[in-house]
Amino acid sequence: MAEHTVKAFDEDITRLRGLIAEMGGLAEVSINEALDALVRGDEVLADQIVARDKKIDALEMEVDKLAVRVIALRAPMADDLREVIAALKIAGVVERIGDYSKNIARRVGEIQDRKRFEPLTLLPAMGELAGEMVHDVLTAYAARDPELAREVIAADAKVDAFYDSIFRNLVSYMVENPATISSAAQLLFVARNIERIGDHATNVAEMVHFAATGTYPPDHDD
Amino acid sequence: MDDRQQHPIAGSLIALATALALILLGFDALVALGMLVIWIGSLYLISSRPPQASPPARAGIISRENMGELIEHSATPLLVLDRGRIAIANRAAQKMLGKHVVGQDARMAFRQPEAVKLLGRKGNGAAIVRGLVRRRDIWRINRQKVDGDLSVIELISLTAEADISRAHTDFVANASHELRTPLASIIGYVETLRDDNLDPATTRKFLDTTLRETYRLQSLVSDLMSLSRVEAEKHDQPTEIIDLAPVVERAARDAAGSERASRMKFEIRQPLRIQGDMPQIEQLVRNLVDNALKYGEAGTPVTIELAAAKDGQASLTVSDQGEGIAADHLPHLTRRFYRTDPGRSRASGGTGLGLAIVKHIVERHRGRLDIQSELGKGTSVVVRIPTAPNEPDELS
Repeated sequence: MAEHTVKAFDEDITRLRGLIAEMGGLAEVSINEALDALVRGDEVLADQIVARDKKIDALEMEVDKLAVRVIALRAPMADDLREVIAALKIAGVVERIGDYSKNIARRVGEIQDRKRFEPLTLLPAMGELAGEMVHDVLTAYAARDPELAREVIAADAKVDAFYDSIFRNLVSYMVENPATISSAAQLLFVARNIERIGDHATNVAEMVHFAATGTYPPDHDD
Repeated sequence: MDDRQQHPIAGSLIALATALALILLGFDALVALGMLVIWIGSLYLISSRPPQASPPARAGIISRENMGELIEHSATPLLVLDRGRIAIANRAAQKMLGKHVVGQDARMAFRQPEAVKLLGRKGNGAAIVRGLVRRRDIWRINRQKVDGDLSVIELISLTAEADISRAHTDFVANASHELRTPLASIIGYVETLRDDNLDPATTRKFLDTTLRETYRLQSLVSDLMSLSRVEAEKHDQPTEIIDLAPVVERAARDAAGSERASRMKFEIRQPLRIQGDMPQIEQLVRNLVDNALKYGEAGTPVTIELAAAKDGQASLTVSDQGEGIAADHLPHLTRRFYRTDPGRSRASGGTGLGLAIVKHIVERHRGRLDIQSELGKGTSVVVRIPTAPNEPDELS
């Protein structure tokens, strides 16, 4: 991106992007740790994830404030405006991603008898996939890389397919083992949350594409 | 000033002579005069010194540009931060993090919470970050303040270190497992032997098994010891000059023992001297010959061939006629405890370390190890070791 005559504007944009990256880094770690905590039943780690979400929220507030300030004081145009608007929207979405990780962490204590609970083994792979999407989309944002953003959008189909198969798996498991229904239902929510994380990563990818090129990706359908 | 300015006397004289000649030839005197002025004037312009460049005012102070040049070719990824922004990233850092990071907020490149915490802190420090570029990598980030605004970030990969320590743990686990197997059967048989109502024949049988397992344990321990010894000396090339022919023959007979000696066929043509470690070369030959005798078809010959290879190397080939080794096993043969057929290897008293030791010995002698095998025909192992330079007086 070309330098601006007003140095302070450059600094503001850089700071804005830095804040988004920081939020994204926190969200990324939260997803990975949430699934770790879920599989191991580590409630201490789960509490840390819940606490970390506060930090993500605070960062989102900071992004909001800075973005509004930039618009009010500098009246950005064209790609600068796109950059600021995208930052504003991405911050909101990353905050949601953080919330989903928090929701997963909150369910850690609700799973009973996890040693003999086989559906638990299905989720980490799905979580890894979603975590990778978030990682890639943040890299795409940092590099302003529309190509990588499109790859992230394509990867969402895999997460969706994973969700469908886990859903069917869990339902048939519940039918066969009625005693575990309450735990299995929690896992359904977890799977749903991971699926939503994938969707939101896709949203961020679309915004990255928009900020970089000014258009939404061609196969933008929802 | 005068000593700097030189008068182009010779040039001026030639110009003057030309002007006179022109006038004599009948040209207009004004034209000749004009030419003279331009000629001599241009001579003065050429001979005057160019203006001196003023000496660099701030020699000795490292500017931001040459700081970039300074770190550009370092293999370690290095970045220079100006407050929160990445001012310079050297080639290694750009390759690792992407070209886009220059000029961006440092958090764009290091968004992991531990790294962000380090960037936010005042002063120097270090952080260990997982998944910086790829999912499973581990990096140490060192931050060093240069002055008020600038700081240098150094990235050190710990991934390889973590891999090595995993390989080490794997090795210890494997070795313990291998050691426990004979130990378990020794304990089992000895416990049974304590029973008084055993008939002598069974007692005898049990004692034999116990003894066999004890020998196996012993050879495993001695193999582990020689492996660790060879590995420890891996980097210093042996200095002793040895003649290969007698060593190979002696070690091969040693490995075969009296019962299998008849199966060996020697093809040793000439004396070959290498720079080597006698006990290790003996062990190498023993291991190879023992393998060949063990895995070759019973009764078939094992050929031990020693010859001079083309490029001043001694080549030792040990071939058997057995069932051979499948191609997909070949790359793994020198791994410790790797076995193509675990049951048979253990039954024949193999430790799983023979070829690993051979490989390390060959490496220490700056040589090469090649294993060729054809299923149903047999295997031949070729070891090539550089020969020692000719110094006949040293070998008495």
